[in-house]
Amino acid sequence: MRHVNRSGNLGEARRAAMAVLAAVPAVQLHRCWKEAAIIAEAETLRGPETGLVAVRGRIGGGGAPFNVGEATVTRATVRLATGEVGHAYLLGRDGERARLAATVDALLQRADKAGEVEEQVLVPLRALQAAQEDRRRAETAATKVDFFTVARGED
Amino acid sequence: MYVAVKGGETAIRNAHRLLDDRRRGDRTVPSIGLDQIVEQLALAVDRVMAEGSLYDRELAALAVKQARGDMIEAIFLVRAYRTTLPRFGYTRPVDTAAMLVERRVSATYKDLPGGQLLGPTFDYTHRLLDPELAGGASVPEPEQRSEPTEAVMRVSAILANEGLIEADGELPQDHRPGDITREPLEFPLERDTRLQALARGDEGFMLALAYSTQRGYARSHPFVGEVRIGEVELELEVPELDFAVPLGSIRVTECQMVNQFKGSSKVPPQFTRGYGLVFGQSERKAMAMALCDRALRASEFGEDVVAPAQDEEFVISHSDNVQATGFVEHLKLPHYVDFQAELDLIRRMRAEQADAASERKEAAE
Repeated sequence: MRHVNRSGNLGEARRAAMAVLAAVPAVQLHRCWKEAAIIAEAETLRGPETGLVAVRGRIGGGGAPFNVGEATVTRATVRLATGEVGHAYLLGRDGERARLAATVDALLQRADKAGEVEEQVLVPLRALQAAQEDRRRAETAATKVDFFTVARGED
Repeated sequence: MYVAVKGGETAIRNAHRLLDDRRRGDRTVPSIGLDQIVEQLALAVDRVMAEGSLYDRELAALAVKQARGDMIEAIFLVRAYRTTLPRFGYTRPVDTAAMLVERRVSATYKDLPGGQLLGPTFDYTHRLLDPELAGGASVPEPEQRSEPTEAVMRVSAILANEGLIEADGELPQDHRPGDITREPLEFPLERDTRLQALARGDEGFMLALAYSTQRGYARSHPFVGEVRIGEVELELEVPELDFAVPLGSIRVTECQMVNQFKGSSKVPPQFTRGYGLVFGQSERKAMAMALCDRALRASEFGEDVVAPAQDEEFVISHSDNVQATGFVEHLKLPHYVDFQAELDLIRRMRAEQADAASERKEAAE
């Protein structure tokens, strides 16, 4: 088992994967996982368990932190038969989604599986996420005001 | 005084069963799904999340359904639910500068980096009821415009470049953000704690207070520097990982209010600010919050506290609609014994007055 490294490439890869898994809807995650057909036996060590996080903002946007409210979060921890431990923390109350995300996190720590997970799960999900965000940006951009000045008077 | 009263169990059971029936209404009308509420009554869901102080669309939709559309009852349900869950921690502060912006308007600059993005707004609609919507007519897809993404710069940052506006709102480095869900309110509050209370405060109450400041009760000469709505990412630091875990995104509305000046012999005059940040899409609430925030900073700027909106204890103690409804509505619960005591008292007072009157009459005769 590879150790959870201090800030190295593996940590960055896991973080990036978690960001994608958190961004795409559960249906798409499940569909993608099913299509990838990766064999992984994962035992649940903790959860899935739903709790709260206090969401913080900053005064004026960039000043001192303050608590805006709370959000539901579901976490899960799994262990592969080979020993790697994966974690997931996701907004919402979907336990299965958290378990699956934790399994993906554990697989990323296996040198022999990481590539497969990256190509078959994360790459398509990333494309999906990018497409969703691009569409949203383009829809907003279409509502941008183009000002034009009407000339008045002699000069 | 409270005393135990027995009886009424059957009546209560039947009343709740009747409530279930009336909530469901005409059985030939399809039952409304939570997905329908989330998608089609999205701003009702947003308000319940903001004032329920819990971001979870499905839960808020369930609350709206269960409360038959009574918003404060729905907010109450959400607040009650949150007490059943453990707290995993505090997120890193959201970065609204990095928001995936869905709307952004500024009333202070026409041309600014990122532009005026109207987004899905009610502004400029004619407020005419639409019979086609009643018929469920199909809705065309939105227009799209592809252009290179431009950073949507904060208006406060533009003004800050020239030093014309006060900073974002710093507190001492060792200050731990207050949390009204964990600690009882103690006045006077720090601005961070006040903002937490305002963020969950009743929209109607805060709107009225904000309006009062515009009408002359604590004038603060506001301009909307900007309002932005969009998604921000949440990150949580957890003990088992040495990086902050991305949790997903939430939609928030932020308002940067720019208000008239403050300066001193040492500091040249600067614009002052009010800040609003609210769950979901609600610029009315975010703007009201920003106006209240600025009004409540009166003593910080040495302004006279002369109006309700500037009175921190008044505003914050009455801004929570769950507390307010609890105390107002408890009046309808049995007060039989209290009232019996009042009845005795008033009868005694009347008897004493009658005795006194007859004594005076006798004395006069």
